[in-house]
Amino acid sequence: MKRTFIVALVVLAVLLAVPLTMQAYGLRIGTTMLMYGVLAMSWNFIGGMAGYPSFASAAFFGLGAYAGAVAQKYGVPHYAAWALAGLVAALFAAALGFALLRLRGHYFAIASLVVAEALREIVNSATALTGGGMGLNLPLPQASSVEAQARFFYYAMLGVAALTFAASFLVRHSRLGFGLRCIQQNESAADMLGVNTTLYKVIAFVLSGAFVGVAGAIYASWVHYIEPPDVFDVLYSVKPIVMVLLGGAGTLFGPLLGAGVFLGLEELVWRNYLSVHTGVLGLLIVLLVVFLPKGMLALRKA
Amino acid sequence: MLTLQILANGLVLGGLYACIAAGFSLVWGVLNVINILHGSIIVLGGYLAFFGYTQLGIHPFFSLLVAAPLFFAFGYFLQSALINRMIAAPVLLTLSLTFGLDLMVQNGMLLAFTADFRKIILDPPLGVLALGPVVIPIDRLLAMALALGLTGLLYLVLSGSRIGRAIVAVRMDREASALMGVNVRRIYAVTFGLGALMAGVAGTLLAMIYPISPLAGTTYLGKAFVICVLGGLGSVPGAMVGGLALGVVESFGGLWLGPEHATTLSFLLLIAVLLVRPTGLLGRKGYE
Repeated sequence: MKRTFIVALVVLAVLLAVPLTMQAYGLRIGTTMLMYGVLAMSWNFIGGMAGYPSFASAAFFGLGAYAGAVAQKYGVPHYAAWALAGLVAALFAAALGFALLRLRGHYFAIASLVVAEALREIVNSATALTGGGMGLNLPLPQASSVEAQARFFYYAMLGVAALTFAASFLVRHSRLGFGLRCIQQNESAADMLGVNTTLYKVIAFVLSGAFVGVAGAIYASWVHYIEPPDVFDVLYSVKPIVMVLLGGAGTLFGPLLGAGVFLGLEELVWRNYLSVHTGVLGLLIVLLVVFLPKGMLALRKA
Repeated sequence: MLTLQILANGLVLGGLYACIAAGFSLVWGVLNVINILHGSIIVLGGYLAFFGYTQLGIHPFFSLLVAAPLFFAFGYFLQSALINRMIAAPVLLTLSLTFGLDLMVQNGMLLAFTADFRKIILDPPLGVLALGPVVIPIDRLLAMALALGLTGLLYLVLSGSRIGRAIVAVRMDREASALMGVNVRRIYAVTFGLGALMAGVAGTLLAMIYPISPLAGTTYLGKAFVICVLGGLGSVPGAMVGGLALGVVESFGGLWLGPEHATTLSFLLLIAVLLVRPTGLLGRKGYE
């Protein structure tokens, strides 16, 4: 536990210091990495700890992005809009969780996958509120230079990532985390031994939605323009899973590690082989599943 | 009048949906693998028919004869070389595996065929069939008949042939069927091959009706999901009932709510059925 604290503090210190030496490009990469970290750590609550194959991340991300953007359109200041986006995503996750978490395995996976599709269609047709397929422009923040803006969003994303990490840490060392691990191993047995499985699963699902919602809202402010196919992209559901699998499911640092490694690979492929980058991502997933199904942290133990 | 026409449109659509879903449902039911690749195999079938018609002048109805063995071999090979290694892994891993394969195939198609939308335009056109007030294009009607016929053939293979009985046996109890001398891995490969065959054949038929593009598979995949859940998993009659039901619901939904809500409607239907009757409309007894 003490070692975890030290490692976490060192990582945080490095992440805080990084922008001092970075140009705009480096800051963009850093912000994306932190965003991926939030997505991966969030998915870890429901997918890694409770073992439920959720594909709902894209739904939370898009919902958060649109909640934040629409709030800002009506004059809500950006910090409040981001918090509101988190709240909307959390409430949505709670309502959805009570319905969907009764399903298991493939059925849950599919039902959660189609949520993002349905939300995208709804946002697409609610033109008056969301701009529909034309997308939505967001106000530029007050910061002066390009560098200052990049730094602002870097620190905003770092704040969310730190909160998500703190939440993972607390959950992991609490009754809730223990209950979730029981559910992962044998849900019926956990239920019989007095774990309130429904409540625990819903809490895990809400946690997996709230921070992603905030990250989505910050993303929207960051890129100034969002449209349904962009923020409800199914890849926002899939990438966090790959990152967690890459790093090690259910662990504390695994998702962060996976996010960093994944982003590095993605950037490398993007930059050098633009036309085949999705194919390479696919190949990476296949190799990962076949050769490293337990993640990189498992290599250390082997 | 309009109601009859919409019903006819829905049934024609539903026949094709049944064909799409039958293979997907079979793979899901027998292997417990969700084949994300299914949609892209449909699109590949569509390209086969398109290029067969435009380059070689082979009528799409005949390119079925090429598509069937080709896609069976593709599926059989894929399962025995790769997916069989992971067959006992948790849901998430097999799902990720087929998802990764799907990304690769989609990327490959984008490079090979570009992102253009393509559609087979028959020359000369087959015309329309007018049954009183209801008008049905003949190419669609034939495609539906072929699709339903092939789905029926799959049903006969499963219920009548030796290999079909082995597939059903593996679906019911893998250990017991292995003890009875069934080569389970081979049955898995055959099943996956049959799933790919149905997808590829459905694709050749669909290319006459809908435009195809490398990323169009996702839509068909979504429909296959919904139909499986509607009709019940791993059963051919279930896929038929689910497919026809979805076709009719989408047609009427498009009429009443506007076509832009068709997807939302089918997904709401999916979630409703999952919650109320998770075993599907025909229940779990559909082992053929």
